[in-house]
Amino acid sequence: MGEMVTLEHVEKYFSIGGGFLKKNARSVKAVDDVSFTIQEGEIVGLVGESGSGKTTLARALLRLTKLTGGKVCINGIDIAKASRKEMNQIHREVAVVFQDPAANLNPRQTVESSIMRPMIIHGVPRATARKKAREVMAMVKMDERYLESYPHQLSGGQLQRIAIARALALEPKIMILDEPTSALDISVQAQILNLLLDLQEQLHLTYLVITHDLNVIKYISDKIAVMYLGKLVEFGPVEEIAEHPKHPYTKGLMDAAPILDPRLRGRKKEVMTGDPGSLIHMGEGCHFCPRCKYAQADCKKTVPPMIPVGTDHEAACLHPLKD
Amino acid sequence: MKEEFKKEELLKLEHLNIQYKVKGGYLSAVNDVNLSISRGEVFAVVGESGCGKSTVAHSIMHLIPGGNAKVTGKIFFKGEDINACSDKTMEGIRGKHIGMIFQNPLDSLNPVYTTGSQVEEAILLDGLNHAQAWEKVLKLYQDVKMPDAAERAKSYPHEMSGGMRQRVMIAMMLSRNPELLIADEPTTALDVTIEAQILEIIKELKNTYNTAIMLITHNFGLVAEVADKIAVMYAGEVIESGDVFEIFEHPTHPYTTLLMQALPRKTKKEGRLQTIDGSVPRILEKKPECRFANRCPYAKEQCFRENPPVASLSATHTCRCFRAVKKEA
Repeated sequence: MGEMVTLEHVEKYFSIGGGFLKKNARSVKAVDDVSFTIQEGEIVGLVGESGSGKTTLARALLRLTKLTGGKVCINGIDIAKASRKEMNQIHREVAVVFQDPAANLNPRQTVESSIMRPMIIHGVPRATARKKAREVMAMVKMDERYLESYPHQLSGGQLQRIAIARALALEPKIMILDEPTSALDISVQAQILNLLLDLQEQLHLTYLVITHDLNVIKYISDKIAVMYLGKLVEFGPVEEIAEHPKHPYTKGLMDAAPILDPRLRGRKKEVMTGDPGSLIHMGEGCHFCPRCKYAQADCKKTVPPMIPVGTDHEAACLHPLKD
Repeated sequence: MKEEFKKEELLKLEHLNIQYKVKGGYLSAVNDVNLSISRGEVFAVVGESGCGKSTVAHSIMHLIPGGNAKVTGKIFFKGEDINACSDKTMEGIRGKHIGMIFQNPLDSLNPVYTTGSQVEEAILLDGLNHAQAWEKVLKLYQDVKMPDAAERAKSYPHEMSGGMRQRVMIAMMLSRNPELLIADEPTTALDVTIEAQILEIIKELKNTYNTAIMLITHNFGLVAEVADKIAVMYAGEVIESGDVFEIFEHPTHPYTTLLMQALPRKTKKEGRLQTIDGSVPRILEKKPECRFANRCPYAKEQCFRENPPVASLSATHTCRCFRAVKKEA
């Protein structure tokens, strides 16, 4: 088991305002000093509220956005320094599936040409691509006859299968799944989750799953990374994060998630007050400080670094919670 | 005394049918729905997309566009059939007696007016003057726990976060203190921590004002957290309904049973999730068969011949399935 993806102090700042000469330009730290590693064959779930920087981080991994600092290595290649040839390689190895499958398939093309397109771009001969399209359809358990269909003729679950089939066409090693089941009904969600797990086992894939649905994350992941306002606040094995969170934000998030059992509704939970607020007017110190009920004087001054709090378990808190 | 008041029935649907005229006949969107909601009760209507849960909610408010839709059956609100009443009468009921909040608050707010003035507009209908109304707006903003209430009342919708906008909608609905609140996916667009806060407000509402709440959602997590009773819908029919604890612990209809097992409640180490093969049929005209028969693992020949009647398993639990009919006897 090697390291598949390593993020080292990844930063993405956007500059805003300041007028033409950028005299008063300020920066929005969408992703700020994020470091973690995804091992080969692992499923890492990335959670956080909207605006926490999850999607920006995924875009950085795909080099859809340029980093302002830090380093991303995929399968040992630094993507900022990669040559054209290496980048081509990375684009084949990293596939992505987005939230809304209907928006990601060309409505005027058949399913077959949508699936074949990435292969054609990467120079796969047409005949081979056509054969491969049939193979991947079988992998996602869809009948070949749907290759002739247009997106509007298919249901949400079928479209998501097609999006996964297309992602598999180039035989990737890593899949980035951005809210893969958010647009789907429960019974269809279960089908897609099962499919993703089956594929991961058969093909020994590595997944980064981004979602705000904590029940899904707890089900599918090996490890969970929690982000809050651009910062990674906790990273560790799923059982640890779900049962023994060390960062007060993770605890609040886990408590807020509805549990699918009415008998547990009376459980003790801490409902966080307020909302994450804006990334623009950021104070010094810990970003979570204004909402944290355990905050102490030093939290307002120092930005907490990631510190080990258990086996493979890190949290960015000056006063980590005790069980 | 208080207990009696609590149990008073507020809304009752009897044999509600909604059909849409489509090419080649009528599409039966809602078929024979019967349910009853009492004061101070959270009644959740759950189901997957297209099952007709929102259509039922909209029909109560007369929001189904006329012309190519037929709404038949009885909708009793405080003993009066409001399905038959005129638009004029309905205007008096909407907002004042039955309030509604929707999924996306941004769609329901006017972008060119401050949120405070939009809430005030509803209050002014009750004949208050501007100063009194504005005071009430501020009070409502505090009730829904809006941060910096006075400041926020002067904000425009685009200056607020999703959670704040939903609070504005709740304030607007609360302003006239309706007896029944219909909440159509009220937290779907919100983050979990904000969702938890909105749920707290809804629970408080129920406890302080004894408001009845009809919660339309596809999220079983929400149902497990707040609902007292639930109705599970499938393809336009209520296939199982009753006390939330009973249904979560002893789901009886095959669809509910499978759905409960499809929920991601465990980790992948404990095995794969249950799935339901096939898809929802498109129901043109009334077919004399069980609507779930084509996907049901227990379907027998009888299920394709006739639609099962509603069987009561206990005083608080009903189920539309032949298997339940047997248990009933």
